[in-house]
Amino acid sequence: MLKNMKKSTKSNCITLGIVIGFFVLIQILSAAGLLTNSFSGQLVPICAYVILAVSLNLTVGMLGELSLGHAGFMSVGAFSGTLVYVVLSDSAPKPLVMLLAFVVGGVVAGLFGFLVGIPVLRLSGDYLAIVTLAFGEIVKNVMNACYLGVDSHGLHFSLKDSASLNMEVDGKVLINGAMGITGIKKASTFTIGIVLVIITLLVILNLVNSRAGRAIKAIRDNEIAARSVGIPITKYKLMAFVTSAVFAGVAGVLYALNYSSLVAKKFDYNTSILILVFVVLGGIGNLRGSVIAAAVLTVLPELLRSMNDYRMLIYAIVLIVVMIFNQSPEMIALRKRLTARFHKEGEGDKAKEKKGVA
Amino acid sequence: MKKLVSSVLAASMVMSLAACGSTASTDTAASSEASSAASTAATTEAAGEGSGAYTGTPIKIGGIGPITGGAAIYGQAVKNAEELAVKEINAANGSDVFEWKFEDDEHDAEKSVNAYNTLKDWGLQVLAGPVTTTPSIAVAAETANDNLFMMTPSASAPAVIESGDNVFQICFTDPNQGVASADYIADNKLGTKVGIIYDSSDAYSSGIYEKFKAEADVKGLEIVTAEAFTADNKSDLSTQVAKCQEAGADLVFLPIYYQEASQILIAANKSGYTPTFFGCDGMDGILTIEGFDTSLAEGLMLLTPFAADAQDEKTQAFVSAYKEAYGDTPNQFAADAYDVVYAIYQAAVAGGINGDMDASDICEALKAQFTSTTFDGLTGEGMTWDASGAVSKAPKAVVIKNGAYAAM
Amino acid sequence: MQFLSYLINGISLGSVYALIALGYTMVYGIAKMLNFAHGDVIMIGSYVVFFAFGSAGMNPVLAIVLSMVVCTILGVTVERVAYRPLREAPSLAVLITAIGVSYLLQQVAQLAWTSNPKSFTSVVTGLQPISLFGGQLTISAETVVTIIACIVIMAALIWFVNCTPAGHAMLAVSEDRGAAQLMGVNVNATISLTFAIGSGLAAVAGALLCSSYPTLQPTTGAMPGIKAFVAAVFGGIGSIPGAFLGGILLGVIENLSKAYISTQLSDAIVFLVLVVVLIVKPTGLLGKKVNVKV
Repeated sequence: MLKNMKKSTKSNCITLGIVIGFFVLIQILSAAGLLTNSFSGQLVPICAYVILAVSLNLTVGMLGELSLGHAGFMSVGAFSGTLVYVVLSDSAPKPLVMLLAFVVGGVVAGLFGFLVGIPVLRLSGDYLAIVTLAFGEIVKNVMNACYLGVDSHGLHFSLKDSASLNMEVDGKVLINGAMGITGIKKASTFTIGIVLVIITLLVILNLVNSRAGRAIKAIRDNEIAARSVGIPITKYKLMAFVTSAVFAGVAGVLYALNYSSLVAKKFDYNTSILILVFVVLGGIGNLRGSVIAAAVLTVLPELLRSMNDYRMLIYAIVLIVVMIFNQSPEMIALRKRLTARFHKEGEGDKAKEKKGVA
Repeated sequence: MKKLVSSVLAASMVMSLAACGSTASTDTAASSEASSAASTAATTEAAGEGSGAYTGTPIKIGGIGPITGGAAIYGQAVKNAEELAVKEINAANGSDVFEWKFEDDEHDAEKSVNAYNTLKDWGLQVLAGPVTTTPSIAVAAETANDNLFMMTPSASAPAVIESGDNVFQICFTDPNQGVASADYIADNKLGTKVGIIYDSSDAYSSGIYEKFKAEADVKGLEIVTAEAFTADNKSDLSTQVAKCQEAGADLVFLPIYYQEASQILIAANKSGYTPTFFGCDGMDGILTIEGFDTSLAEGLMLLTPFAADAQDEKTQAFVSAYKEAYGDTPNQFAADAYDVVYAIYQAAVAGGINGDMDASDICEALKAQFTSTTFDGLTGEGMTWDASGAVSKAPKAVVIKNGAYAAM
Repeated sequence: MQFLSYLINGISLGSVYALIALGYTMVYGIAKMLNFAHGDVIMIGSYVVFFAFGSAGMNPVLAIVLSMVVCTILGVTVERVAYRPLREAPSLAVLITAIGVSYLLQQVAQLAWTSNPKSFTSVVTGLQPISLFGGQLTISAETVVTIIACIVIMAALIWFVNCTPAGHAMLAVSEDRGAAQLMGVNVNATISLTFAIGSGLAAVAGALLCSSYPTLQPTTGAMPGIKAFVAAVFGGIGSIPGAFLGGILLGVIENLSKAYISTQLSDAIVFLVLVVVLIVKPTGLLGKKVNVKV
């Protein structure tokens, strides 16, 4: 049966299989009590980063546009979803509230994606990158100065300080500027995370392999050619951009509900860049690579903890070395030659030929 | 009844402290006579051999803080001071009291929870951290879940201790500092028109600012302007200074850390603006910035629990030991962290805690100790804690004169 | 009057951004890569000046020259080791490597010099601030020196690029790398030279940045680096006068929004203006419009 499958379907099944296999493995290890606290504590963030990497890959890999503001979408999603969760968590059953939080987070992030997308997608290349970076920084700065409270008169909002909310004594501050939202009851679980990862993968894999996905990739490969055959550029660009934003928002909610405090500072350009690193290291346009790279690179700094002060130094060196090893044309050729030695002679000749061409 | 219990506990603490010969306290201004007697006894014995008051299995104590990234100065200070305190205690005791480990969190909630989980894998029993506010709030929720005793040296927001009754602070809470500063300024009539420059992207700074403002209104201080800066636009603070000058502020309140404060002093000097500057505990350290012209800080007032050049024996011993080991002058983060370890030590000995006990039992015993006894440390005499975990100690006001702190 | 004083503060900040942006734009224009590590080279340069001038008491000009030498060697080494192997790889790969280099430099600085802040002694010594309107308005000597340095460097760069063989080689590489190579231009050497110049400029920028805003930490270069990058894009990245104009405008907008709108939201306003400018003029203020040929 596997043989009759289309190549893309087979590849998709492998990707989903990896995710489900990982889930089953963790469940078994957890039941056997072999899971360390350190690792089990990272499971939810891993899921969140996987969703972020996969969704960013849609923009960077499939659409071919560099976005440095993915954390901005994560931020608006996280804040709106968490707000819903905090406000409603006492008045409705928990699964329902969580579902609502994810939906709201995704929708709000998608809305921002749409609003940012319309003007921004007129630009391309590095100019688009800088505008998305600007978007992320605007979100961070505004959320850092954002005060929201609720009392018997309803909602109060200020961009100055919590004293200017002018609330009654019974008022409760929901978002407290740089302090963000505090006192969130931890709600994210690994199971929810994995379900969201699978939903994300299903939606994005389907989109990529659909008619729309082929149009998006055509735009990436040659925008002018795509336009000339009548593909509505703006529509498909927006479709990819908004979908990407929606899942970033969902991942933001998943991430935020895993900790008791949520601050805007977390979602700065460093986080955007971190997600981009996952995508590039996993292979641009390769969704399975994104999944693996996000998981591995989230765990890596934790594994380096025994290095103490040298931890981030080693992380930086690993990043540079892996990039050169993976992407440099000379290294790729060298790798091919090395692998060829272990294979049949015929393949070795091919590799040599390729090197000659390059 | 409560009094009886506490005096019994205090007495037991006295016995153990007197026996252990730690370098605990030398001052006699402690709240109860008993503990001051203990301190004196301790000092006399400090010179002699450690007599091994603690004989049980070592307690695993862990610290968390940023030792890489932008907030690394605070984490490094805490890490060094905790290490120093643990070494001193172990040496004085003869056998190991503590096994200690410190993990990096890069000033990030996610990394901080990861660090906490890593420490749990190591067998953590008591947590002396995290250092910064946002990570502390996230970790506090985790420790409350596990019922593991946590005492933060420096995360001063009220939200940190709201997570559970197992979470304690040794630093002033932000509201406490804001109110105390406003009271001090109003009572001593230091200024009539107050300007404020604070870091709106920082939980510590904005927390103090808000309480200061509220208290200033109560006390009838006139706030002429409140200017913010953020972590991203703090390289240039001259506009904020110019706005205070324009508003005619004769006192500028700076609830910020010393590196930004040094920039404000330089900017004010450039534009010939000379109000009274008044800071909080984050200001401590301004005299130790390498290359900083300390004459600019002349007349700067600050409320701080710790001053590195204080003349008392305890502070001097700490500062010289710290300098010798790490080559830096310790700041108030270091002093707070040093106190945390000693406070936990005192409580552990008094509460009969042993490393064989599980973390939750240790937590209960420490909770009982901390809510019933007093502690004398570098950052305050006669510190007490209420059930919420907030510390009560008196801030000291100092003014910088001739490049050194002087009491006011 | 107050407005003028804010404006001068803005120009002073802007001149520092402009100086950093010149280095950014050089490297981008010729090597076509966003060198995210530029801000960290600035930080290293500042530390060199701090120790040579502030601690060892060297002559300020000599200290800056020493720092330029160190930064040039650093820049060329980084280019040789980390960027050159990726010359033919996708541009994103180089971007990520540059980010890795940025982390690396920050970590090295932290391990070498600790994260304790240092207060930088201004390299501008012996000059009096300019006083206008009977002392109501002062322009600091640092600002004057920074602006002069900016203009001199800008003029020198324009002359170098347009009037020397090496500059022509740069233009050729920037226009079409493959064709330049075919015409006998040594692409690797040209790009190395670009990095050398860019990094040397970073040393000057670092000394003047820290003279005006004296807190020096391993993270000092990061945010000004990003802002300068924004400034370079604002003015039209790759354009030398554009970087100058973009830097000054960015500083002025930032300071005026601090003065009149909100100190908390000044960065949001700066970025918003950037977005608006790019939407109206997608290649920045002075950027060239490149027509895509099919």
